[in-house]
Amino acid sequence: MRWACILLPQLALDSVLRGRADPDAALALISGTPQRRVLQTVNPAARALGLRPGQSLGAAQALSRDFAMLEYDPARIERAQQFLAAWAYRFSSHVSLHYPRCLLLEVESSLGLFGPWPRFEARLRDELNALGFRQRIVVAPNPAAARMLANVHDGLAVDAAGLAEALGRMPIERVGFTREVASAFARMGVRQLQQVRNLPRESLAKRFPQDVLRHLDTLLGERPLALRCYAPPDRFDVRIELNFEVESHQALLFPLRRLTGDLAAFLAGRDSGVQRFTLHLEHRSGEDSSLPVGLLAAEREAAMLFELARGRLEQLQVPAPVQAMRLVARDLPAFVPQHRELFDERPQQSLPWEQLRERLRARLGDDAVLGLGAVADHRPERAWQAAPVARSETLQQEAPRPAWLLREAQPLREFAPRILAGPERIESGWWDGGDVRRDYYRVETRGGQRAWAYRRVGDDGPLQLHGWFA
Amino acid sequence: MSAAPVALDSLLDQRRVWRGQAESRPATAQPTGHAALDAVLPAGGWPEAALSEILIAAEGIGELQLLWPTLARLTAEGERVVLVAPPFLPYPQAWLAAGVDLRQLALIEASGRDALWAAEQCLRSGSCGAVLCWPQQADDRALRRLQVAAESGQTLAFAYRPLREAVNPSPAALRLAVDNRPAQLRVLKCRGGLAAAVPIPLAARH
Repeated sequence: MRWACILLPQLALDSVLRGRADPDAALALISGTPQRRVLQTVNPAARALGLRPGQSLGAAQALSRDFAMLEYDPARIERAQQFLAAWAYRFSSHVSLHYPRCLLLEVESSLGLFGPWPRFEARLRDELNALGFRQRIVVAPNPAAARMLANVHDGLAVDAAGLAEALGRMPIERVGFTREVASAFARMGVRQLQQVRNLPRESLAKRFPQDVLRHLDTLLGERPLALRCYAPPDRFDVRIELNFEVESHQALLFPLRRLTGDLAAFLAGRDSGVQRFTLHLEHRSGEDSSLPVGLLAAEREAAMLFELARGRLEQLQVPAPVQAMRLVARDLPAFVPQHRELFDERPQQSLPWEQLRERLRARLGDDAVLGLGAVADHRPERAWQAAPVARSETLQQEAPRPAWLLREAQPLREFAPRILAGPERIESGWWDGGDVRRDYYRVETRGGQRAWAYRRVGDDGPLQLHGWFA
Repeated sequence: MSAAPVALDSLLDQRRVWRGQAESRPATAQPTGHAALDAVLPAGGWPEAALSEILIAAEGIGELQLLWPTLARLTAEGERVVLVAPPFLPYPQAWLAAGVDLRQLALIEASGRDALWAAEQCLRSGSCGAVLCWPQQADDRALRRLQVAAESGQTLAFAYRPLREAVNPSPAALRLAVDNRPAQLRVLKCRGGLAAAVPIPLAARH
């Protein structure tokens, strides 16, 4: 087995920055008691202002006021870790969050699918960068060694033969010993792990706690490390808190893109799709606005989910400024990819009809896209339905029917039109309340238009225009 | 006195002589289904992946019969035909009688700019065989968008507009006028050839 360790050196900062539209603006995460607030983490822009982690808030504000502050939130970091584990689950079935701020993946069994390691690694990095997380990746034959090598290296891949040498060159304070043990080694003149390995085991066991030898054996793969593997949850529920109150749709689009992108990554990891999800917009007071988004078929493509949610969001009347946004998806059916031809007749990049239909429905309304079906009824207004039928059945009609039917019949504004055919009596519907008794004529107007018009039986009024022979 | 005779073929091969009239026209994959109309169109049918404009004097003068053979052929091939905001309800029995497979037909209800947007989306997607629309106040810009969308989606686009728009220029690849008195077709503009001066009488209608 080979284990990849993805160390996330800036997890706290990245989990905040990725939710912000301007990641280059100065930002500091604050922690500590209300009496003594200290800067926990700062981003490069804030560092350029002279802010440093560990500074007190007062000192920082004396230096500059042009930085945003946000609470250092362990719960958010935990959520980000869970999300990343869900993301990593698509690449490997053994994902572990054994070490904090770090993902462990068993990669050897995935190499067959994701190509040789350099390509696989490039893909992991690309996706993490797109998700907005900085990363350091190291591959080693066992998880503990991968984790410790990631302290020093980035992009290193060692096999079982090179492991002892790579570990041997590690500085003693960076291989995961406790601070006391590391300083004790340093005082002994031991600088590298190789020197520890050269010491006799008996004296090590005598002088140091038993954890030291155990850790050493784990690093070298002589002792297995029991890992708790990640199991993906059954629902998706992610919330992004906005740092100011948002009143326009435009400003909501950025967090929305993040949320739908996260949802797509989560769905790909579970190999499922989403058919219905809800977007909650939280306000300072009052009920959340909730925006349900329903699809006709399970989908999971990020761009499409964003497009759909955006189409519905833009129509929503938001009663109050929005403080936070939350996306909840409970209904996650299995995703069945659409059947495609190997040699597609349309070579250019095309959008499948299903996606097009969803996009149209999202903007124009759920009922905007209709089909057409014939119903076996003599009454024209009941001879159609707005959904296709598997087999259109028609009545045996000798007389032709017009191509266009008016929704409401209207008086034909024509004095003495030329009658081409008729009358054709349509008398039906006495059993279901929609009783009609009409004589239909095909007429030609003076302008050359061919119309379908009727007169009620026993009525002498003008002809009622009901269709056009277009 | 007389130069040595030169074979015509060798001159043609050297590309020193340009032959004016191409012998055979490339056959279009989109015949209109009306032989008289196919004969005057430069491509022998609808311009592919382009917008065709049909200018009608009024409703009910055979403007749909012009397209029905094409729509019947497309739906029989399994292509989807989309009607974006039609002015009236299509009467299913008549469309069935014309041979159109209703399962491949989709109607989109929209108005104004939304209708243009929907038509453009359908054209651009490339998942439709033909898109019919009835733009109400389409300016040159809107029609150009439709034309570009039809090109990028490789889709047939048809726009029905009133005949009074014939005086305004249009970016459409083909402009057909349907007159009511007398019932005839006129080709106002066609890309890739001169518009035929002689009007085509419309076939007898039921």
